[in-house]
Amino acid sequence: MQLTASSISCVRGGRALYDGLSFSLSSGELLLLNGPNGSGKTSLLRQIAGLLPLDTGTIAFEGFDRAEETHFVGHAPAIKDALTVSENLSFWCDLYGRSGASPEAALKQLKLAPLASLPGRVLSAGQKRRLALARLVAIRRSLWLLDEPDTALDAEGRATLLEIIAGHRARGGMVVMASHGTLNVAASCALALDEHAKAAAA
Amino acid sequence: MTRAFFAILRRDLALALRAGGGAGIGVIFFLALVMVVPLAIGPDQKLLSQIGPAILWIGALLASLLGLDRVFGADAEDGSLDLLLLAPLPLEIIAFAKALAHWLATGLPLVIATPLLGLLLGVEMKALGATALMLLIGTPAIAFLGSIGAGLAASLPRSGLLIAVLIVPFTIPVLIFGTAATAAAVAEASLFGTAFKLLCALALFSFVIGPVAAAAALRIGRSA
Repeated sequence: MQLTASSISCVRGGRALYDGLSFSLSSGELLLLNGPNGSGKTSLLRQIAGLLPLDTGTIAFEGFDRAEETHFVGHAPAIKDALTVSENLSFWCDLYGRSGASPEAALKQLKLAPLASLPGRVLSAGQKRRLALARLVAIRRSLWLLDEPDTALDAEGRATLLEIIAGHRARGGMVVMASHGTLNVAASCALALDEHAKAAAA
Repeated sequence: MTRAFFAILRRDLALALRAGGGAGIGVIFFLALVMVVPLAIGPDQKLLSQIGPAILWIGALLASLLGLDRVFGADAEDGSLDLLLLAPLPLEIIAFAKALAHWLATGLPLVIATPLLGLLLGVEMKALGATALMLLIGTPAIAFLGSIGAGLAASLPRSGLLIAVLIVPFTIPVLIFGTAATAAAVAEASLFGTAFKLLCALALFSFVIGPVAAAAALRIGRSA
């Protein structure tokens, strides 16, 4: 499996965020996106997901189908207040197809099992983040696009996150992650998106 | 695919029917509208029973337009829409499931309430049945047409009224043929067949065009 982006660019609100960005990622690799706020980390993740069109360039997916194999964990947790924790997770499992761990096991791994029957509205920000991450465990997909996945997580949550990322890479999965350096993850490569609308591969 | 379809249907029904989902708002609005009509028109029993079916149609149409902003708006707000767009299910099918869930939660209760509310207007038994049956075909047509407006305004905040204003013109054919079929059924006029078939055609048309147009609107809205 390989993901190859060739000279892609992104213009948001008339401002070029990055121009002529190229990178590639193979099985088991993790690409870390660095950059200050507003440098285009989220836009790049959305472009890879296909949620945002490319202004120029192409992104090629070899050996897998993006539509069938992409996980996107953005800033909004996609959790319904009126549904319980387990209903929230089961819904995405039913929609995406159950292929990973059972929803119960996923909740257990993210330390959410005792909260399974509570409605989403009572969860704290960190617990909502854990529930969003539980999707990664419960539904097996090869490409993970994580937008600052450690936001609001405690030390234990960050350790669990590193554990599931390591497990995913050991199985040959790929990860593209935006981060402010708060997560001590072993990246295969890093991409610095700077504020001068030019991206330099570090 | 079937499993994913029913998952969306079940989830949206649960969300609408649980506290804060707003499924009951339409029926309450319908009741309020039907209750104020006799007060404004006066105690003319004959006139009320004559215009009753039309009042019921207007009430059901306006009540159907309430809550359309929640169909996609709630999912756009909490990030669920991104995940729906990435789901291994055509967006058109997702839009169909969501429009169907919206009708089941908000449109079907209006149909069920129609005979009871008709009694408040002194509508005759036969006309009550005809109105409810025609609304059973007309309200899903309105819901599916409404889902187009819901898709267009998905990422706009407080878009409820905007969607209603956008969609009302498109629901006029449903109202015209729905009321015509109802009146013809009561009078046992020969016009009934034509009006009824056109109402059914409009409903079938909206089942196809609604999800396709809503999905296209969602894709455009997301990529902007």
